[in-house]
Amino acid sequence: MMSAAFVPVQALSGPRSLRLLSAGGWSFCGLALIVLVVVLPVLHLAVPPESALHLSDYWVTLIGKIMCYAIVALAMDLIWGYTGILSLGHGLFFALGGYAMGMYLMRSIGRDGVYQSDLPDFMVFLDWKKYPWYWSFTDHFWYAALLVVLVPGLIALVFGFFAFRSRIKGVYFSIITQALTYAAMLLFFRNNTGFGGNNGFTDFKRILGFPITAPTTRMGLVVITGMTLLGFLLLARWIVTSKLGRVLTAIRDAESRVMFSGYNPVYFKLFIWTLSAVICGIAGALYVPQVGIINPSEMSPANSIEIAIWTAVGGRGTLIGPVLGAAAVNLGKSWFTKAFPEYWLFALGLLFILVTLFLPRGIAGLWIRRREPT
Amino acid sequence: MSAAAAREHWDDPVATGARMRTEGVDTTHRSILYLDGITVSFDGFRALNDLSLTIDAGELRCVIGPNGAGKTTMMDVVTGKTRPDAGTAFFGQTIDLTRLTEPEIAGAGIGRKFQKPTVFEQHTVYENLELALKADKRVLPTLRSRLGAAERERIAATLDTIKLLGEAQRPAGMLSHGQKQWLEIGMLLMQEPQLLLLDEPVAGMTDEETIRSAELFVSLAGKYTLIVVEHDMDFVSRIAQRVTVLHEGSVLAEGSMDQIQQNEQVIEVFLGR
Repeated sequence: MMSAAFVPVQALSGPRSLRLLSAGGWSFCGLALIVLVVVLPVLHLAVPPESALHLSDYWVTLIGKIMCYAIVALAMDLIWGYTGILSLGHGLFFALGGYAMGMYLMRSIGRDGVYQSDLPDFMVFLDWKKYPWYWSFTDHFWYAALLVVLVPGLIALVFGFFAFRSRIKGVYFSIITQALTYAAMLLFFRNNTGFGGNNGFTDFKRILGFPITAPTTRMGLVVITGMTLLGFLLLARWIVTSKLGRVLTAIRDAESRVMFSGYNPVYFKLFIWTLSAVICGIAGALYVPQVGIINPSEMSPANSIEIAIWTAVGGRGTLIGPVLGAAAVNLGKSWFTKAFPEYWLFALGLLFILVTLFLPRGIAGLWIRRREPT
Repeated sequence: MSAAAAREHWDDPVATGARMRTEGVDTTHRSILYLDGITVSFDGFRALNDLSLTIDAGELRCVIGPNGAGKTTMMDVVTGKTRPDAGTAFFGQTIDLTRLTEPEIAGAGIGRKFQKPTVFEQHTVYENLELALKADKRVLPTLRSRLGAAERERIAATLDTIKLLGEAQRPAGMLSHGQKQWLEIGMLLMQEPQLLLLDEPVAGMTDEETIRSAELFVSLAGKYTLIVVEHDMDFVSRIAQRVTVLHEGSVLAEGSMDQIQQNEQVIEVFLGR
């Protein structure tokens, strides 16, 4: 038997990264919070528009939008970067969260629509006389908020249960998720589905009684989105530094060994997959009031692929990387689509190839040195 | 308890022992593993043909046989990866292996080491052992799990047994082939198994690593039951207490190494073809 005296100190120091965040990490969070709660609102609301420091509406919307995308990329990192399951259908969960919030926003329009009816314009247009049953209670914010979590969560749970129990893996899983979001898009394109067909929901007037286009409301939404992003970053960090996080990575690297170690990978995958879907749904719900529209094109396969690209560009398995990746790619996109609108998809494809070839660990890989076998 | 009686009590976890941990393995009749009349066919090919085998608790048993004799399939049946077409497989007196899933069998106290070492290459040696540690392995308990002092001590003791104390903080992917094999054995030990299945554990090892492995296995026998499938006859004669020879899916001979080496049938199978 060994005696404690002969054990090197490092052998007893335990797993890596036991702390939630380093001191630097906490300072970064604090700084981000100050920027979010103080700097952005002051620059947008208090600094006069003619000043060079003024933050325009354009930027406020863009920042809000990008933070929503960053939340999605973070969710993608949990399932792809850490667990090794590439979903090409995360746009579906994002859109479902968005539609759930959109239902509430449509109900909040009241009689201010074009047809001045109790029903949304698209239902009047279809000559419907009353709301379909699944629109019940959606005039209550709390119920819509519940749907934002439950609908993506339940769909992910049921789909994931059958997929993971059947041991569907790798590219097969990716293709099925892609088909899932595509099928949902076709369903939502139909007018009779009751979600506004290809126009989706738009022309929102207010949220919780606040006028939705007012600068203070928009700023409020940006602040809430930013705090949600920070909150999810901390939650994700807590998960990946826990033993469960190490099990997820182990599933990615050697699933059969995980099974023979006595863990049932099905439930671990199901947990992180469902959580990832719920996070996407919440991001979608924050996105819709800020951009003012949700339609089935959010479920198009290309959107889901873009999510994977943000994550890969930022650096899989780093959490902060995908957040930065989502920001970098979308800032690039908003510039590129103005400068050379036709070429954006080519640029995106090229970017993906270049990152895969020269930056396999993405942007974050530039300064995060991971210990890996060479 | 007979197989039929065990099935009758299937709904009663205490009667079958199925839900119990390793302490629940009933070895009152000395034996820890009973295989009886096991048959496995793949597209008409009988990988196992009416195989019957009994292993006593604490034994170090070597299983040898030419390629295709059914050695790996036998391990697959014991660990639940393959379901037999016929026959019974019992762990102790009461646990019916043919009715449990792979994780349940691992949880019941059977650990398996594969031919090719599979460790978690991105995790450190320490983390590899932490993940293998016997614990509540459901999702939420795993999320909240923190290592206690006793658990740290167990990990340190296992690191000492497998001679990897100095490598604790290295990623497992950077270990040598032999070290990976030992780490994998260490991971099995962390689960406090009763029965260890080792599939060609010294394949690809240097001579020195092979000798150290032999010492390790001999020291583990008695505390654990080991079944070693091996091609390397030198290694087998170094560690073997009892040897079972498999041929065409069933047991050809069983006995001490000397007896086996003088068995006419064995000589014919190994040398005659």
